[in-house]
Amino acid sequence: MSPVPQPRPDSRQPLADGGQPSTLRQTFLRGAVKSLPFLIVMIPFALLFGVVATEAGMDVAQVMGFSVLVLAGASQFTAVQLLSDNASVIIVILSCLAVNLRMAMYSASLVPWLRDASAGQKAWVAYALVDQSYALSIQEYEANPRMTLPHRLAFFAGVVMVVCLPWMGFSWLGATVGKAIPDDIALDFAMPITFLAMIAPMLRTPAHLAACFVAVLGSLVLAGLPSGLGLLIAAPLGMAAGAAVESRSRKGARP
Amino acid sequence: MSNGISDLTVWLVILVLGIGTFLIRWSFLGALGSRDLPEWVLRMLRYTPVAVLPALVAPLVVWPAATGGQPDPARMAAAAVTVAVGLWTKNMILAIVAGAITLFGLLYML
Repeated sequence: MSPVPQPRPDSRQPLADGGQPSTLRQTFLRGAVKSLPFLIVMIPFALLFGVVATEAGMDVAQVMGFSVLVLAGASQFTAVQLLSDNASVIIVILSCLAVNLRMAMYSASLVPWLRDASAGQKAWVAYALVDQSYALSIQEYEANPRMTLPHRLAFFAGVVMVVCLPWMGFSWLGATVGKAIPDDIALDFAMPITFLAMIAPMLRTPAHLAACFVAVLGSLVLAGLPSGLGLLIAAPLGMAAGAAVESRSRKGARP
Repeated sequence: MSNGISDLTVWLVILVLGIGTFLIRWSFLGALGSRDLPEWVLRMLRYTPVAVLPALVAPLVVWPAATGGQPDPARMAAAAVTVAVGLWTKNMILAIVAGAITLFGLLYML
């Protein structure tokens, strides 16, 4: 991670009300720029959702209903898959909510950073809390612990603009232009590669490695459980392993 | 929908999922966040991303849906290269590029 960037002389805009708004805007833009690589994955993934959902018989409004109201890629694919398998509505809903339950952990993990935000701000952060916006923001907050609350929110907003809006737009495009996308392009693997690339640089201590290792092992052992359930057991096991290694290795290192 | 599921059913799923997913995301941040979380909870939460995301993708790496759940050398190698480059360079974009090149290279050759 690079240190906090210094304002470059050539990018300075003269502003009537002092430097602070421009700094917030720079933070917003930094969030947006850092999210750009996700578009490589997000755009084909969103197109694919539009195509798959349309092929399953949904109309454009329903595709947009999913991408705007649910806004959670993995569970949207799960829902379309189960609906076309004629699963009962209650199974569809429970499975998809289980797939999304990991976001409760994201929500809890953001509390120390966004505790003082207003109720409205928390509501929209919650609405836009997806894997990518969570991962990039927590990375930024941890790397720059002295960011102010407005800057944290600005960074989050920048990420969301690049990550969530294209999700909606390209779902719509996929639903309208439909079947022009080749089937054999191995898009299924875009998401695993992005997530692994995101996580590897965060594995900086033995505790992080332990958390990752235990969670992966757990998820593989529990892979036979219904969709999403194995993750809900494996992830807390990994988190506990990380916490245990941390408290063992710390022993008064920091107050 | 084409297979006999009514539009109303699809909309019901969309609305319930939308509300339910929002409540999941809002839970701690909105409703439970005003009280102080105990130290052991905070310590566990520090490891949320490095536990959840790898656990989410590990089964997809080992048993990819695209191959009908059969382990696939190209996808395994791509995942391993992505992690190795990410650990080594600490650069997410380099890791994605390396993983994608490995995947498409091997899929092309095999």
